[in-house]
Amino acid sequence: MATVERHDLAPETAAAVAAEGAAVGVPGGAVGRRKGAVGAREHSNAVGRRQFLRVSAVAGGGFMLGTWFDWLGAGEAAGAVGGPEAGVRLAGAMDDAALEAALNAFIRITPDGIVTLIAKNPEIGQGVKTMLPMIIADELDVQWESVRVEQASFDPEQYSGQSAGGSNATPTSWLPMRRVGAAGRQMLLAAAAQQWNVPVGALTTSPGVVHHRASGRQASYGELATTAGAMPAPDLETVPLKDPADFRIIGTDVRNVDAGAIVTGTQVYGIDFTVPGMLWAVYVKCPVFGGKFVSGNLDEVRAQPGVRHVFAVEGGTALNGLLDGVAIVADTWWQARTAQRVLDVTWDEGETAQHGSEAFAARAASLKGQAPGFTVRSDGDPDAALSSATRVVEASYHYPFLSHAPLEPQNCTAQWRDGRLEIWAPTQTPQSGRRLVASTLDMDEADITLHLMRIGGGFGRRLSNDYVVEAARVARELDGVPVKVLWSREQDVQHDFYRPAGWHHLTGGVDASGRLVAWKNHFVSFGEGERFGSSAGINATEFPAGFVGDFETAASLITAGIPTGALRAPGSNGLCFVMQSFLDELAHAGGVDPLAFRLELLSRTPERGGFDPERMRGVLELVAEKAEWGRELPRGTGRGIAFHFSHRGYFAEVVQATVSQAGELTIDRVWAAGDVGSQIINPLNAVSNVQGGVLDGLSEALGQEITIANGRTVQTNFHNFPLIRMRQAPPVEVHFRVTDNPPTGLGEPMLPPAIPALCSAIFAATGRRIRELPLSKNDLSWS
Amino acid sequence: MVVSFTVNGRPVTVDVPPEKPLLWVLRDELDLKGTKFGCGVAQCGACTVHRDGQAIRACITQVRAVEGADIRTIEGLSPDGTHALQRAWQELDVAQCGYCQAGQIMNAAALLERTPRPSDDEIDDAMNGNLCRCATYLRIREAIHHAAGRPRAAAGSSDDR
Repeated sequence: MATVERHDLAPETAAAVAAEGAAVGVPGGAVGRRKGAVGAREHSNAVGRRQFLRVSAVAGGGFMLGTWFDWLGAGEAAGAVGGPEAGVRLAGAMDDAALEAALNAFIRITPDGIVTLIAKNPEIGQGVKTMLPMIIADELDVQWESVRVEQASFDPEQYSGQSAGGSNATPTSWLPMRRVGAAGRQMLLAAAAQQWNVPVGALTTSPGVVHHRASGRQASYGELATTAGAMPAPDLETVPLKDPADFRIIGTDVRNVDAGAIVTGTQVYGIDFTVPGMLWAVYVKCPVFGGKFVSGNLDEVRAQPGVRHVFAVEGGTALNGLLDGVAIVADTWWQARTAQRVLDVTWDEGETAQHGSEAFAARAASLKGQAPGFTVRSDGDPDAALSSATRVVEASYHYPFLSHAPLEPQNCTAQWRDGRLEIWAPTQTPQSGRRLVASTLDMDEADITLHLMRIGGGFGRRLSNDYVVEAARVARELDGVPVKVLWSREQDVQHDFYRPAGWHHLTGGVDASGRLVAWKNHFVSFGEGERFGSSAGINATEFPAGFVGDFETAASLITAGIPTGALRAPGSNGLCFVMQSFLDELAHAGGVDPLAFRLELLSRTPERGGFDPERMRGVLELVAEKAEWGRELPRGTGRGIAFHFSHRGYFAEVVQATVSQAGELTIDRVWAAGDVGSQIINPLNAVSNVQGGVLDGLSEALGQEITIANGRTVQTNFHNFPLIRMRQAPPVEVHFRVTDNPPTGLGEPMLPPAIPALCSAIFAATGRRIRELPLSKNDLSWS
Repeated sequence: MVVSFTVNGRPVTVDVPPEKPLLWVLRDELDLKGTKFGCGVAQCGACTVHRDGQAIRACITQVRAVEGADIRTIEGLSPDGTHALQRAWQELDVAQCGYCQAGQIMNAAALLERTPRPSDDEIDDAMNGNLCRCATYLRIREAIHHAAGRPRAAAGSSDDR
């Protein structure tokens, strides 16, 4: 049989697409990953650009070290980054504008010895504002306590990959940040060598100090900073890096650099940022996605207290762009929000008003047993293998739409002045945001300045910039007056880019020894024709693809006007529940222990599988050992085990749950084991990320569901879209398996296995197999 | 309507509609933005402040209801950010995105005022109304114990890294 592979993007492309939230079915960042490809990522920077150093002087002494980029030709970009010439720009060669820009460089050292490091990426709670400067500081060789960290604004001239998504910051920044720090150290060494007329090789550093051991001379970085600014910049590709054994900061527990401001209430988030004279706006859209404004009682709204402007905005048809709406602008947000209560709009709801969850479910059910729309992957002859299998299991699985619900509601501040826009945006993707604003308002991107604000939770919601373009559009109307658009919680829940719902009709077979020998999946998802909707796809390498010779993944797509998008561990957060749960069913059907069943699968040599089975076995064995898998448990208590590869990370988890006979669920404990390569950069933060991500997965499983009726979202707030609460949160033990692989990210890969591990624990406790989420829809009682 | 009360020990008088929520009076009129807007319907706890020592949700508290009251916000929990909870939150690196944490700390502070050495159960009961979307609950629980002078073994460990 022929094999068809779809959406098999190169890793870099997939990551970029995921990060930019484009409308392509990209489950996780693991798309099209070839075995062994991880090693090749060592040299990846921004695709198609080469990074060079820029050195400049600081007024009053000292130096700054930044980087700049040159675009490579298409041919060069495809191959290894190679150009031999080192790009060095000294202060003297720079014009004033470039000098000013260099104020946003990565490293700034002034004669007083203060070291300022710039954090380039949006901080959404993942800890990147602390972690990236840690990497620079270690190679630069300074005391962490002497470092000040500043948040960069969006500046693609100087910074690569300024986005938060796809767990990308670690794999894409690990080497570049080390090189920047190492280059700074080399320049300080060169400055000392010149001053003392000794070879660089005779010099060493201790944190913040250059030493010439032979003569006993030493100089602080502050003393050397001005001279260092006149030294030639090293080539980033060849600058010597530390032996990891010599790391002083990387691998140690470093606290969040904003912690002091957070605990005293002085941290400024997007919602807190103000500009003198700023007004506040509510932007009201049609409750049916993409509905058009027809008419409304705008004069009546205009007469409400505090209201300054009310106007209808004509938007486009793209659900992730500017949509039709009514802007209510007032002195305060509470006034605008109060005025909204008298707003009465006639909307043209369009065809989407016919769409709803019940019809989607009926359509998905009707497709069971029907020929799928198209094949994603087909290996061997699964039908023949099923007919000769000893045991065959058939099951249908479903997971619902989900909302992101970050705690800081969507907001953005903007000011339009003389054809230019200044924007303060809590966005995960500033580049897409600026592009969307420019294209929507017909502007040059160069006329838009975008500042990054610390973000009260991302989870993928702020990969989309709908609220940014709303603020920009309202600001243009106000011509000079700054304005903040702020959404209510209800708007946030009802105008999201939802984790798409999915249905899977599965058939699997095991042989007489309980080995998995056949697998067929008919996946019913959303999209058009053979093109999956955003985050609604399945990868041709989705496990157990490649590990079972007779295998098929096929799909049928429902076309609907429901906006979908990436939710933390996109694709994986639904698919892992299905795949690992069904594997559990097959293990039981074959009479094999669920751990042993999985280890046997992972002992096979995959044909175009999605990951390195040895690394996955490693975390599976580690978690089994830590949890003492197989130990006797009381009646009503059970354990489940699951694993998943996503975003270059390997995670296996065990959940223990107790269910009362009446069906009341308690999650007792979770054990998580992860392999994200050779270095846990900030263990304090890494453990917290894993614990939070695991609990986030449990949160999704417990009670979360978005339903659609008449083209609009039914749920409104946290009372009907519940997040996990403290009482429900079990202890989560975190273990890392360090392997000789490049370090990768920890924003997402821990989340997916928590869900099937919990569901299999419930099965072990009750005998009830969970095939539909959330758990709140399932009767868990047993006798 | 003119409403007078004290905020963080300082007498204030505001002239606002009586039904304006305390949350927005704090943020708009008094420039105290540490108290956060999360849900507007007392479901998340991000807006938690103290009224006469009791934790309340500022988003559903009309300003007329605080006439004469003693209001304390995160900015006034301690003069210099050294309340035992603020220190514990930093020492244990509780915050991820951090948006909910002011509300968590204010709620926990009210708990410790009435229950200086709370059990896990008492913490869960008291804190169950405060959502953390990043789910930092394990460290929140630990930080409350820490502040109460009762350090316990962390729920998670990273011994095997």
